[in-house]
Amino acid sequence: MKKDCNDCGAEIKVPNDSMVGEIITCPDCGANFEIIEKSEQKIDVKPAESIGEDWGQ
Amino acid sequence: MAELCIIYDKIRFEEKELYDKAKKRGLDTRLIDAKSISIGTNNKKNEFDLGDIILQRSISHYRGLYLTACLEFLGFLAINSFKVGEICGNKLLTSIKLAKENIPTPTTHFAFSSESLSNLIRKTGFPIVVKPIVGSWGRGVFPLRDSETANMIAELREEDDNPLSRIYYIQEMIKRPPRDLRCIVVGDRVAAAVYRYSADKEWRTNVSRGGRTEEACITKELEDITLKAANAVGGGVLGVDLMEDDVRGLLVHEINSTVEFHGASKVAKTDIANTIIDYSIDAAKK
Repeated sequence: MKKDCNDCGAEIKVPNDSMVGEIITCPDCGANFEIIEKSEQKIDVKPAESIGEDWGQ
Repeated sequence: MAELCIIYDKIRFEEKELYDKAKKRGLDTRLIDAKSISIGTNNKKNEFDLGDIILQRSISHYRGLYLTACLEFLGFLAINSFKVGEICGNKLLTSIKLAKENIPTPTTHFAFSSESLSNLIRKTGFPIVVKPIVGSWGRGVFPLRDSETANMIAELREEDDNPLSRIYYIQEMIKRPPRDLRCIVVGDRVAAAVYRYSADKEWRTNVSRGGRTEEACITKELEDITLKAANAVGGGVLGVDLMEDDVRGLLVHEINSTVEFHGASKVAKTDIANTIIDYSIDAAKK
């Protein structure tokens, strides 16, 4: 499955086993997007949260 | 059969692995985005479809912690509990807890201004390690070998907007091999233990910084100290990190409450995700 980058328009390849909540990265501009909806027909994303100081384990 | 709820705010290897394995076992499992939840003081547990047991897997410490507080208020059982998350998410609280329970741990000092940091360093000398009290993946963890670097770090910290930056966590530098140990504790057992070797030109051993993992033997000594450390912070599903001091042997330096096991699962013989699922099912029955 493929998705156009919301920022630069480049094509992002989305692995078939990706899930809602996963982050995909544009190979051209490096922007990160969170998958918010995924079906066989379409995939919707929103800009991913940037890494917070409290992120981790 | 128990219904499992995995709360996330970003899907990592671990959340995917837990979800896939639970589904394969036929468990009613749901993935819920922490960012989609809102809770009020007038809400009741039955208004939320979150199953019998919640695995709190938020990547944001504060989001996960305070959401867990709200879920516990509603009467949900969360792994790990708010109390455990609060201690493990804060290195200062963890060090205090470990020391109080006589768990071998590096000598650690706390200072509450840049002036008291300078006074403290005059007593400890160099080298020392400075760490932020909240944060992961080795972020902000630096070796300090001279006053110039220490002053630079203090100045940067003083200018930071985060009030926690003015609390200084200073730890002795341990003479150790270029590796540490990560033990995955699930309830009353050490499910897996791995060595984490630093990447090239990197002092920190975090897998997120390119660290390499290798399976470690769970010796009686390692098991004992790891389980004691896990119990000291309240137990649950935890990542206990230890160093091998040349003289004193094993020292616990950190405990993680939303443990990442990507690196460990590559080399461990135990199925870590399924062990966590088993523990969760048992917890739901109690």
